[in-house]
Amino acid sequence: MGRKRKIKPPASPKKLLQGAVKGSEYKKEAFIAYTILIVGYGLLQLGAGIGLIGHNLQGQFVPICVYVSLAISLNLVVGISGELSLGHAGFMAVGAFSGIIVARMLEAYISIDSVRLVISMIFGAIIAALAGLLIGIPILGLRGDYLAIVTLAFGEIVRNIMNVLYFGLDDSGLRFAFNRMIDLEDNSQRIITGAIGATGIQQTATFTAGLFLALFTLFIVLNIKNSKHGRAIMAVRDNRIAGESIGIDVKKYKLTAFVISAGLAGMAGALFAQNYSTLAPIKFNFNTSVLILVFVVLGGIGNIWGGMIAAALLTILPEALRQFADYRMLTYAIVLVIVMIVTYNPTIKTNMSMRIEKVTSRIKIKKKQTEKGVA
Amino acid sequence: MSIINSLISGLSLGSVYAIIALGYTMVYGISRMLNFAHGDVIMIGSYVSFCLTMYVGMPGWLALVGAMAACTVLGVTIERIAYRPLRGTGSLGVLITAIGVSYFLQNAALLIWGANPRVFTTLFKGLDPIRLANARLVITAESFFTIIVCVVIMVALTLFVHRTKAGKAMRAVSEDNGAAQLMGINVNQSISLTFAIGSGLAAVAGVLMCSAYPVLMPTTGAMPGIKAFTAAVVGGIGSIPGAMVGGLILGIIEILSRAYISTELSDAIVFACLIIVLLVKPTGLFGKNTREKV
Repeated sequence: MGRKRKIKPPASPKKLLQGAVKGSEYKKEAFIAYTILIVGYGLLQLGAGIGLIGHNLQGQFVPICVYVSLAISLNLVVGISGELSLGHAGFMAVGAFSGIIVARMLEAYISIDSVRLVISMIFGAIIAALAGLLIGIPILGLRGDYLAIVTLAFGEIVRNIMNVLYFGLDDSGLRFAFNRMIDLEDNSQRIITGAIGATGIQQTATFTAGLFLALFTLFIVLNIKNSKHGRAIMAVRDNRIAGESIGIDVKKYKLTAFVISAGLAGMAGALFAQNYSTLAPIKFNFNTSVLILVFVVLGGIGNIWGGMIAAALLTILPEALRQFADYRMLTYAIVLVIVMIVTYNPTIKTNMSMRIEKVTSRIKIKKKQTEKGVA
Repeated sequence: MSIINSLISGLSLGSVYAIIALGYTMVYGISRMLNFAHGDVIMIGSYVSFCLTMYVGMPGWLALVGAMAACTVLGVTIERIAYRPLRGTGSLGVLITAIGVSYFLQNAALLIWGANPRVFTTLFKGLDPIRLANARLVITAESFFTIIVCVVIMVALTLFVHRTKAGKAMRAVSEDNGAAQLMGINVNQSISLTFAIGSGLAAVAGVLMCSAYPVLMPTTGAMPGIKAFTAAVVGGIGSIPGAMVGGLILGIIEILSRAYISTELSDAIVFACLIIVLLVKPTGLFGKNTREKV
């Protein structure tokens, strides 16, 4: 990735001596991120409670949590590890469908919904992490855009295979077939039917479960970022050769980040699936992967809480724009392009920051003047 | 004989992928960006050609020229408005912008032409298929002309890039942007020219593709776009002969796996081939290995 970085002037010795600078930055980031989650949850619950938030938007509560967690987990790969991934929806799909199967199998044994939900989410995470390991080992040696296209290919392969998978449950246990319908005994149920996808899912997902998913994802990612592991990953991202030369095992660290990110995506997928009664594989196509990447990029690559806010806003935005009906996706596209140009173009960027500085300095001067006036 | 028939239709599909892949690979070579909107330029080209024959009553070849002109203008405009402000700021920003442009084109087409699929009238109406070996080997006019057009484009493009001044300038810019500028090459013009050629070729590919598979929807370009992009990567992105070979290989694999393995899994097989190729040759078949210096 041809990332150009401005050469920063060396930090003053005083700053270098303050060993706690990094730690306090981390604490600040963690504080902001956790606060956003909890306050956002509280506000939405309150809004729903007093009837301020309509029924349509309430249906989006679980997807918002899921997309927020996906944005956090993709940030681990794109922001912290510096690799472009275009197949996050693939891992989400793996988690979603394995979660559904487990939840369905447990229905006979566990009657408490939330326990079943948690077990299925853990199982979804494990299977998705295994998928991440399987694809990660061979491909993580590839660089930049080549890695991106392979993750894209992986996402498409997963969706294609889901299209020909058939699962059913009857007295003899779980039945499975590839590319054809299964003959099941009388007292049986189909779980996954090829391109139609999963049907008859128990809708056990709740907003609170979504909050816990997002908190858990955030906890894992922030801790990795602030660990020895995370610093090694970021060192490799900033300069691979320098990182390698001081003995960092590039492949191992990148693989860890990739697998953890895949597992977290699978967990989110399992929750997402159990928010709907039916779920088709088409839901996890390339566009979904791109959507998650857009959250990460719009929020500022590597900025975890920025990605969270972008995810929440962009999930609500299409609902809010519903009155524009036909034009809403067109507006969305135009807004996306304009935001990208404004935030990335060097001329506009410096121009904007100069203006903001001017305004803030004026405010400061005014404050001083008023203070003097008061005195 | 059926395997030869499959091979020929594979070659024909592969030729379409190759023409699209040329657009991807040239743009990547010169500006190091993944132009995800390219697939949608194909769709716009097909719609323009469809409208010119349907509502204006132009003959097929004239409509094709019209579609090429429209796509050329579209490609250059997209580059000017959306991509140029972000040049040199890293690949991720431009990638998202390209995706935004892709959404824009798809939704604009949805508003203009509606979601209902239109039936595209083939460019080669009234031409009989070629029958060989007691009519056991049938080559449709679409397949025949697609392969011919692909070969012509390939030869013309290679000559253009190697023999003309503008082509040499394009190669210089893709080799080293800054040095080319110092040598007095107008970089902006070269990049605009690349986008113009790539988009014009996209219109040709769109019309040929819709002649063979005559269903036209706002999402028609998306999947062929991704597959052609895959083809460009298989061949080594940035390399013109690579795009050609990659496209042909992918087309043949797709048709053969559709015929002999499974229709639903053909896409998965194509993408699996990409992964295998990249594992063996990390920069694609014809890609250059750039060495990093410390």
